[in-house]
Amino acid sequence: MRLPIAALIGLIFTFAYFFVAIFAPWIAPYGMAEVVSRDVWLPPSSEFLLGTDNLGRDLLSRMIYGGRTTIFIATAATILSFTTGSILGFLAAVLGGWADQAMSRFVDLIMSIPSLIFALVVLSVMPVTVPVLIVVMGLLDSTRVYRLARAVAVDINVMDYVEAAKLRGEGRGWIIFREILPNALSPLIAEMGLRFIFMVLFVSTLSFLGLGVQPPQADWGGIVKENADGIVYGIGAALYPAVAIATLAISVNLVADWILNRTTSLKGGRG
Amino acid sequence: MSLLLKLLAQRIALGLLLLFLVSILIFSGTIILPGDVAQQILGQSATPEALANMRRDLGLNDPPIQRYFNWLGGVLQGDLGTSLTSGKDIAESIGKRLGNTLFLAFWAAIISVPLAILLGLIAVRYRERWPDKLISAVTLASISVPEFLIAYVAIFFVSVRLRWAPSVTTINDSMSLGEKLHTISIPIAVLTLVVLAHMMRMTRAAILNVMQSAYIETAELKGLRMFTIIWKHAFPNSIAPVVNVVMLNLAYLVVGVVVIEVVFTYPGMGQFLVDHVSKRDIPVVQACGLIFAAVYIGLNMFADIVSIVANPRLRHPK
Amino acid sequence: MSDKLLKVQNLKIGATVYPPGEKPHDIEIVHGVSFEVEKGKVLGLIGESGAGKSTIGLASMAYGRGGVKITGGEVWVNGRDILKTTNSDVRALRGGEVTYVSQSAAASFNPAKKIMDQVTEAAILQGKFSKKEAERRAVELFRKLGLPDPENIGNRYPHQVSGGQLQRCMTALALCPEPDLVVFDEPTTALDVTTQIDVLMAIKEAIRDTGVAALYITHDLAVVAQVSDDILVLKMGDMVEYGSVDQIINNPQEEYTKALVSVRSIEHAEKTPTPEPVLKVQNITARYKGTNFDVLKNINVELHPGQTLAVVGESGSGKSTLARVITGLLPQSNGSVHFAGRDMSKDLGGRSKEDLRELQMIYQMADVAMNPRQTVGTIIGRPLEFYFGLRGAEKRKRIVELLDEIEMGEGFIDRYPAELSGGQKQRVCIARALAAKPKMIICDEVTSALDPLVADGILKLLLDLQKIEDVAYLFITHDLATVKAIADSIAVMYQGEVVRYGGKTDVLSPPFDDYTDLLLSSVPEMKLGWLEEVIANRKMESAGN
Repeated sequence: MRLPIAALIGLIFTFAYFFVAIFAPWIAPYGMAEVVSRDVWLPPSSEFLLGTDNLGRDLLSRMIYGGRTTIFIATAATILSFTTGSILGFLAAVLGGWADQAMSRFVDLIMSIPSLIFALVVLSVMPVTVPVLIVVMGLLDSTRVYRLARAVAVDINVMDYVEAAKLRGEGRGWIIFREILPNALSPLIAEMGLRFIFMVLFVSTLSFLGLGVQPPQADWGGIVKENADGIVYGIGAALYPAVAIATLAISVNLVADWILNRTTSLKGGRG
Repeated sequence: MSLLLKLLAQRIALGLLLLFLVSILIFSGTIILPGDVAQQILGQSATPEALANMRRDLGLNDPPIQRYFNWLGGVLQGDLGTSLTSGKDIAESIGKRLGNTLFLAFWAAIISVPLAILLGLIAVRYRERWPDKLISAVTLASISVPEFLIAYVAIFFVSVRLRWAPSVTTINDSMSLGEKLHTISIPIAVLTLVVLAHMMRMTRAAILNVMQSAYIETAELKGLRMFTIIWKHAFPNSIAPVVNVVMLNLAYLVVGVVVIEVVFTYPGMGQFLVDHVSKRDIPVVQACGLIFAAVYIGLNMFADIVSIVANPRLRHPK
Repeated sequence: MSDKLLKVQNLKIGATVYPPGEKPHDIEIVHGVSFEVEKGKVLGLIGESGAGKSTIGLASMAYGRGGVKITGGEVWVNGRDILKTTNSDVRALRGGEVTYVSQSAAASFNPAKKIMDQVTEAAILQGKFSKKEAERRAVELFRKLGLPDPENIGNRYPHQVSGGQLQRCMTALALCPEPDLVVFDEPTTALDVTTQIDVLMAIKEAIRDTGVAALYITHDLAVVAQVSDDILVLKMGDMVEYGSVDQIINNPQEEYTKALVSVRSIEHAEKTPTPEPVLKVQNITARYKGTNFDVLKNINVELHPGQTLAVVGESGSGKSTLARVITGLLPQSNGSVHFAGRDMSKDLGGRSKEDLRELQMIYQMADVAMNPRQTVGTIIGRPLEFYFGLRGAEKRKRIVELLDEIEMGEGFIDRYPAELSGGQKQRVCIARALAAKPKMIICDEVTSALDPLVADGILKLLLDLQKIEDVAYLFITHDLATVKAIADSIAVMYQGEVVRYGGKTDVLSPPFDDYTDLLLSSVPEMKLGWLEEVIANRKMESAGN
């Protein structure tokens, strides 16, 4: 299977980000909240590759640790959202009937409120800690995964080969794991990439609004918030997270596109 | 015709039901979850008596259902409650700010919608060629970056370096329309870009879908000019899907506006909501949450209604 | 050159293909085709799928559908090469001199505009008629084509008229601007057999009345024999044979043409019923949940071991529903299904593994009847594992045996369905059914989606396997030619009821009930002049018009 250039670049960058996130303590030159200079907002130099931030801390280290936090939270939330959404979505498709109706209507209800608003409402009463963030973001997003998983499973469920399996007398387990799941994997994995990107954006936004990761823990959204005041003085420290997030998001997008294109051709002509 | 009316009535009823259920969800979200409001207002060092008094004053001892209906009743009469932190009447505080938010959202919508349709047409006309790829690349980049960062990038280059427009956007009634628009030009631009980016992909897909229909081929085989084909055949069938896309994406406006207002310290409802979330001012959060949700539900409902009305099978049944 | 309306010389057409996992590249799909059409004559373009007939038909309007490009040759219409003229000339040609009738009128009409607007559009825009004249002409055509209420039908929207009527509206659309040539692209393929005849006759009369020339594209040689003066046989983009309709039908020269002409002429002697039936369906009545009318009404049929019962009917007759009731997918509201000496539970859940093993099913669309992620070996092997507990070397041996029986070899074990041809896919489905060693197999329209020659191959295979494995078939189909080839007994279904049932010879001999008469007379025969005979003998109004 040939890998198109775009997907290859995407894959390389994505792995690079995750690598840095995992090995952050060994890669970052300075500590996460270590004050290294009396001067705030120093420009980039050989000592501090990205300069210093609003409290005199090394910006490169902050960015690396920030990436670790952001990627960790986004990954955990994506895994939560994905497992919950897929399992419930598949169950709804296979069980049908009132179970399907009840779950789907409930999901519709939750989706009637924009995610950010819902998150804000919930965070106004809950303590803002990392586990809470992961659970809130994960559960809110699982609604979208539910819809997709259910739609994919329903599509596959009406295929003749699933009916053939039923007529054979196969049990529910075989049908879900050997007939439906292998065909549902590709669109779901591609979607997983997109949900991950959304989580990165979401947690950054919440941190920026002061309702996400709390200082001094580093997080890309938080870094923007901390350094925002520098903008009016022409200091671009707050913009570094933009590059980091954009590169990560585009890379994951390219990989997700590639996975999606692989599926449609494997079905042999069926869109 | 009556089938059409029946479907419309059903959809509107569904919308209202949804709003009702959402209000329950928002209300219960704030009271079921752990976190004692009284404690949070009075702080750690509050005496038990003070806490008990506060709880009684806030009506926290009443059964939840009664509290909900009290609140709902108030809302329906226009009384959104009182802020915990400022003591002011919420409806009053929101009034002006709601207007400001709608002002900002309105101008962003008015620019982004025609632009999205125009760019969608261009992307389809030059499909797979450089204009299409360029537009796709720019939209991909735009949706890969959170709104607040786009905002800061815009401020950095446009406001600080080029000095074309201000970055702090307090507007008041003493300004003329032109002055107001200039003051908030960057927020409008950023909001437009964000909504446009999301809308673009879907308008392109909707228009492409229509252009690939069999009846467009029939029109081509009748020897019609491309312009005639688009105007007489593609356009009437595109209205419904495009309006649908527009409505669904204006929902992004609801979320985007919150973040943009914070970045630009714009005196709107979004900033109001965010401020009071950190202060844990529950009544304000409930009221703002409800209003935002209502707008979102309203837009989705309108999108559905347009889909229903534009369907020729429903307008002219067998 | 000047009195030939259409002259195609060495036409070459190419397309871009996107094979999975490889780079897209260009291939040639039509390799130098030449033919002529004179004024007022009809040329039939016949071939199986992939022959390029639609592509060639569209090329005569200088049009390539979906990225297909004309790469060489000349197309002369009324004395000029349309491949070399300007864009505006081509636009004037289309809808003016040459018009098009597509296979699916339902998709080809704009759902948002009235029929009359669309029928007269080309005529008005080409400047040939004023709006009033065009509309008058349209109403006249509606009447000639046998449409109900010709004065007012133009005011309706496309979704308000039936499929057969819409196909005739499309024909009116093509004839309205008084063209010189009409390209008919499989105009009756998507219609029911009984509707097809009326539309076919309407088209033939319209062609004769207006003196228009036509290209008639179809895969059904019997149909094309009714309307054409000349026939061009195509295969995979090459010309096979080109001659008058009399020569092609009665004296075919090439092997391929001979095969096409003799399709469905498989002989099969009727077997006598044994004392004990393997399947006994008694008083079955059924309806779908949530509806208030019966889809099946009091069905009584039997199938004997090692024999074939053909269930024939058009869409909506209930034949597929009967299969669902027999397999237990749709519980009946009344009646019983008796199989292999036992009463079958209504519900799938209530049936034992033995019950399920002995009754197998093969589907119409082999593409979706197989899991695209499983290899041929897995697909055929699963019933062996599941019913007989076969594993490892033993299982593989049996799989190879089955692959040999379906005339494919061991080399197919590791292939995926997407890599197989249409015929091969269906064969694998047959092997999967046989692996369970069933007493009965339900064949639900298993040849309907296949090209005629491939379908013949499958039917021959099924008949051979029946002899070897002594398995009974419940063969569901709408195609009477297939029925004659394969059945021992026949049940004719119409709107949920069995209107005629018995041994093959009895059912196919007169006197007939009205519906069977209509059905039998609607199957085009490979005989010139058959169409005129049929219309003269029409007794019953076919439903659906």
